[in-house]
Amino acid sequence: MNQQSSSSSLSNSIADGLPSQQAAKSVLARRKFRHLKDKVASVSIAIGGLGVIAAVLLIFLYLMYEVMPLFKGAVVEQKSEFVLSQSMDPNVLHLAIEERLEVAMRLSASGEVVYFDTSNGEVISSIPLLVPEGDVVTTFALDTDVSGIVALGLSSGGVLVAQYDYEITYGEENSRIVTPIVSYPFGETPYTLFENESVEQVSVRSIDSEVLLAARNARGQVDLVRARKETNLFSAFADPADAEWEVEFVKLTELLPRSTQLFLDIDRRWLFSVSESSRITMIDLAGVFSGGEASIEDEVLLLEGGARLSKITFLLGGISLLVADDTGTVSQWFLVRRDGHFNLEKVRDFDAGGTLVGLAPEQRRKNFVTANEQGFIGIYNTTAHRQVLYKKLSSESPKAIAISARGDGLLIEGDSGKFSFWSVDNHHPEVSWEALWQKVWYENYQEPEYIWQSSAANNDFEPKYSLAPLSFGTLKAAFYAMLLAAPLAICGAIFTGYFMAPGMRRNVKPLIELMEALPTVVLGFLAGLWLAPFLENNLIGIFSLLVVLPVGILLVSWIWTRLPKSIRYLVPEGWEAAVLIPVILVLGYLTFVASTPIEMVFFDGDMRSYITNELGIAYDQRNALVVGFAMGFAVIPTVFSIAEDAIFTVPKQLTYGSLALGATPWQTLSRVVLPTASPGIFSGLMIGMGRAVGETMIVLMATGNTPIMDINIFEGMRTLAANIAVEVPESEVASTHYRILFLAALVLFMFTFVVNTLAELIRQRLRSKYSTI
Amino acid sequence: MMKSIRHFFASGTPWIWLNAGAVAISIVMTVGLLLLLAVNGLGHFWPKDILRGTYEQPVSFGDSIVREIIGERVSHERVTAERIISSGIPVAASQDFYERELVKIGNRDLNGSDFTWLLSDFLTDVDYPKNLAAFERREWGNFYGYVQEVKEQGQTVAVSDVRDESDARAWNALEERVKRALSLHEDIVRLEKGEIGEINYALERIRLRLRGLELREEATPERLEQIEQERAQWDARYEVLQGELQELYEQIDRDSVVMVAMNQEQTEVPVSEIVRAYQPNSANIVQKLIIYSQKLWEFLSDEPREANTEGGIFPAIFGTVMMVLLMSVFVTPFGVVAAVYLREYARQGFVTRTIRIAVNNLAGVPSIVYGVFGLGFFIYFVGAEVDQAFYPEALPAPTFGTPGMLWASLTLALLTVPVVIVSTEEGLSRIPRSLREGSLALGATKFETLWRVVLPMASPAMMTGLILAVARAAGEVAPLMLVGVVKLAPTLPLNGNYPYFHLDQKFMHLGFHIYDVGFQSPNVEAARPLVFATALLLVLVIALLNQLAVSIRNRLREKFKSLDM
Repeated sequence: MNQQSSSSSLSNSIADGLPSQQAAKSVLARRKFRHLKDKVASVSIAIGGLGVIAAVLLIFLYLMYEVMPLFKGAVVEQKSEFVLSQSMDPNVLHLAIEERLEVAMRLSASGEVVYFDTSNGEVISSIPLLVPEGDVVTTFALDTDVSGIVALGLSSGGVLVAQYDYEITYGEENSRIVTPIVSYPFGETPYTLFENESVEQVSVRSIDSEVLLAARNARGQVDLVRARKETNLFSAFADPADAEWEVEFVKLTELLPRSTQLFLDIDRRWLFSVSESSRITMIDLAGVFSGGEASIEDEVLLLEGGARLSKITFLLGGISLLVADDTGTVSQWFLVRRDGHFNLEKVRDFDAGGTLVGLAPEQRRKNFVTANEQGFIGIYNTTAHRQVLYKKLSSESPKAIAISARGDGLLIEGDSGKFSFWSVDNHHPEVSWEALWQKVWYENYQEPEYIWQSSAANNDFEPKYSLAPLSFGTLKAAFYAMLLAAPLAICGAIFTGYFMAPGMRRNVKPLIELMEALPTVVLGFLAGLWLAPFLENNLIGIFSLLVVLPVGILLVSWIWTRLPKSIRYLVPEGWEAAVLIPVILVLGYLTFVASTPIEMVFFDGDMRSYITNELGIAYDQRNALVVGFAMGFAVIPTVFSIAEDAIFTVPKQLTYGSLALGATPWQTLSRVVLPTASPGIFSGLMIGMGRAVGETMIVLMATGNTPIMDINIFEGMRTLAANIAVEVPESEVASTHYRILFLAALVLFMFTFVVNTLAELIRQRLRSKYSTI
Repeated sequence: MMKSIRHFFASGTPWIWLNAGAVAISIVMTVGLLLLLAVNGLGHFWPKDILRGTYEQPVSFGDSIVREIIGERVSHERVTAERIISSGIPVAASQDFYERELVKIGNRDLNGSDFTWLLSDFLTDVDYPKNLAAFERREWGNFYGYVQEVKEQGQTVAVSDVRDESDARAWNALEERVKRALSLHEDIVRLEKGEIGEINYALERIRLRLRGLELREEATPERLEQIEQERAQWDARYEVLQGELQELYEQIDRDSVVMVAMNQEQTEVPVSEIVRAYQPNSANIVQKLIIYSQKLWEFLSDEPREANTEGGIFPAIFGTVMMVLLMSVFVTPFGVVAAVYLREYARQGFVTRTIRIAVNNLAGVPSIVYGVFGLGFFIYFVGAEVDQAFYPEALPAPTFGTPGMLWASLTLALLTVPVVIVSTEEGLSRIPRSLREGSLALGATKFETLWRVVLPMASPAMMTGLILAVARAAGEVAPLMLVGVVKLAPTLPLNGNYPYFHLDQKFMHLGFHIYDVGFQSPNVEAARPLVFATALLLVLVIALLNQLAVSIRNRLREKFKSLDM
């Protein structure tokens, strides 16, 4: 292409030249073309070269890009602002948003459920609850936003249980139609608890066909009601409306002080009552419906220093209580079992900035939303102990707030009845420095711990994303691998690089290179399926080898120096290693043969069961010892090659000088060669360490992959790399779990990159030092 | 004496010997590992003799049961009496140790498991009857027993007396029937995988074309008509083939053989189920060698059976080779261009030094990191975009937005590009300056010098780099687990269906095969020898490639040593 165009333009300019001139011109043209080609080549090579390097940079940037959202806070954006199209009771009991954010629900103190459009406040339907004529709603309780079950305490002493819900139908072209409904799954008539005494406090908990109510009257009397559907074999097929209800009443003997609040926990075992002075009493309800007595398990003062209680609610899962005082501090409490007793303990505090007017837990994550009097809205995650949002979203004091099921929509009702609706972008609240690297006190645990547990079957699971046990496992595996590899590789490198005869070196080097090239999957497979059972059966033999081999080698070397010269001269200097190969084989064989009687005498014939039973040390078949051997094997050649290179390239004039001054070969090595080569050996160790840290397959196959933090050599571990390999394929794209795995990859990347760069810099300095000698 | 020992330690000799010991240990470990692989891997294919014996194990209460045992010895070990007693077998504690052996008794359909542990002391009357036969079957693993009767369509054709070792009437009748069934089976596979597979593939393409027309709103009646006609043609062909297939199945199901297994249990085995039948006890060494080579060949050239625990590993070999070749196509030009830029074009200085260090260190970045990158960037990001742009008709089923051959080779190319860069750079740096200067002095441009003088001389170095890259890629598993390998791929990535080379397809890989069969398979004991063999193959391939790289490198060094003079 280029050639054609350039020659044609030239042929125009040389219309009538002489042949020789023509030749010169064509040479010129050719030269021009060659020049052009050269230019093009250098530009494209530069682009290509830089492109490849950029591609490599891309890895780092992409990992960063995937990880960054983890540490971003929540972002809110106002979607609409409105007042409801119909006027209604200003006293609001509860506010909720439907999952798709199109419809919201407001329950007012007059017992009316109003559904409205979140984009403009248009009332879709307004349904009065079946409160009997002449009765007034005195108190209200919500089961959870997920179930939509509410209980209304009435002035006549009854409690009405209702459920707000949405019916989703699909119209033409799959358009979704949301029809709000109110239903009464536990009967349309109120349960009567007190005769002609008004209900002052109520709490409700329900599962499929069972509801438990706790209510208090003005005298402090607490009544429990449990309504269950009669279950028989055919009830599954019968119309639920026909089912018989079995209703049981229990009166608590003890009177509770007036103005206490009641809370039932999710398992319906505990009744929490909170007095005005913030004293919380836990009442054990186990067995009260089968004739047992309710007993007080624990009493705690929730707030100290005269602070007053302002809001209290359960976090998702119903295990943790969130307690807010009038200064805006929200504290998380849950039951901890100690010595067979349950204590309610404070786990952590959050600062919500001022007296709260709204406190709402999220439905799928351990988040909660606060609204204070100044109109500041806060979003917090309990596990991560993190504030993801704190922003003034309302110019007036809010009256009620609601967070949507997915945590992506926020509805605020102001004091004046003005609503504002916000979209919330809050994808990764569960992550904080504390959650990743420090001990975290998880629900149902006795104390703060490091735990990695990324997924579970149920919805209200608290994900545990501590990278600490994984990092610990990584370092543990690397440590045991280096324990084997470092001495073998460095000693081997010293001999090969300094003492070994060139003829043997030519044979040994390729063998070590082959060792380096062995696929780690093969090593892992051998470690897991062959070495692990072998070690288990020959523990004593393996540990004896640690002593027998060095001692045996020393002994052989001593005998060797005693041997007559005629025999010694058969093996030239620098071939000692070859002599030792049969020695090691024989020693190894003898050790394993002798280990059986030793085991018989000292360990009852079975060291493995001795370790577990007598010493009380846990023993996994696939443990750190196995990993140490297998990964040590993989690391030896890496360290060996670099260290050997460093020792071999120590300038010969240095060693000759030392030897000429009368030093023995060993003195020369230890005083001259090793100090000079030590940076190189060190960099070899670092690179080997880097390899051990990032190795995946060996750890994956040779350990049980349990994320525990225990230095015990007989137990396994889970490393960062193996964890990625196991969990990435199953994690949902762009979820917190997915991004944390990317973070783990980034940590590995950074670690090895930094370590390798340091090692490389050390080596380069070493090299430039040699070049001046 | 003491003095001589003190002198001995002062001389430093013992420390030298200790260092020598470290080398010796490394050598012993490496060679030992290779031998372990070789013995276990190659030994598996040898047709072992089938023993028959009587086994009567002591029991805690009641009468002990006398069992007949027929099977192959697999391994043996020594166990303390205590452990045996604690496992519920009341042996005499006066004897410290008992020999225990693992016997492959096969017949999983009858016994429930393939293997059994026996205490050697209680296994008596061991002999090796000549008429014991071993079948390798398509399902349920091996079968061991006596051939009693051969049937054709339910009618007895030949009968043998199983107690008479020299009575080979039934066996002779069986051998040719097995051959016939095998050739029929080949026809069936050819039909099912080949032609019917092709039809299914064509029908799927027609469906996608229809969907594509709908999406682009170009579904004119003529076009629909045409597509409908095509579909009808394929359907008709399918009908015909289906008929042929039916017939073949009827033919292959013709024969069956009645076997007498362990403990006189009679069972009928369809001949169509048998992959190979042999009588190891009566075979001589030449016959055994023939069986051995057949089994070895099957291992290399056949498809896996029984959840990969039996049969061959051909798809894994093929997948590994294809992936590595594709990776070479990506990695060579880019690696060489980057090296040439760094060494010949970029101004040497701080920046190039930094880049060089960075590239060097990338070789040390854990491979799983590349896997994560490949999954996130190539598959979920680029792949999803490609699907949106070019394969909207297949959505929501992803075409390139899912792990596959292309992404796996790209990921590995990224992983191995430092190897090629480093090696090529080394080669370039070894070329004497005088050669370049000579070329430039004669008037050649920089590019001409590079193209005509430098690169040809550096080509062995590039080869070395490429071979090392290939060796590394062939052994790498961790990233591939994320970006493209599967335990069982239904078709090869290269086949007769348009567009012949399926870049989007998942593939099988030797390394992953080892991991999967060794650790994820339900019957690890049965699969173990096969894993050893696969591991041996992988190690051999990689060792060969490495040796090749080393020898090329040495040749290169020799060549330039003379130039330096």
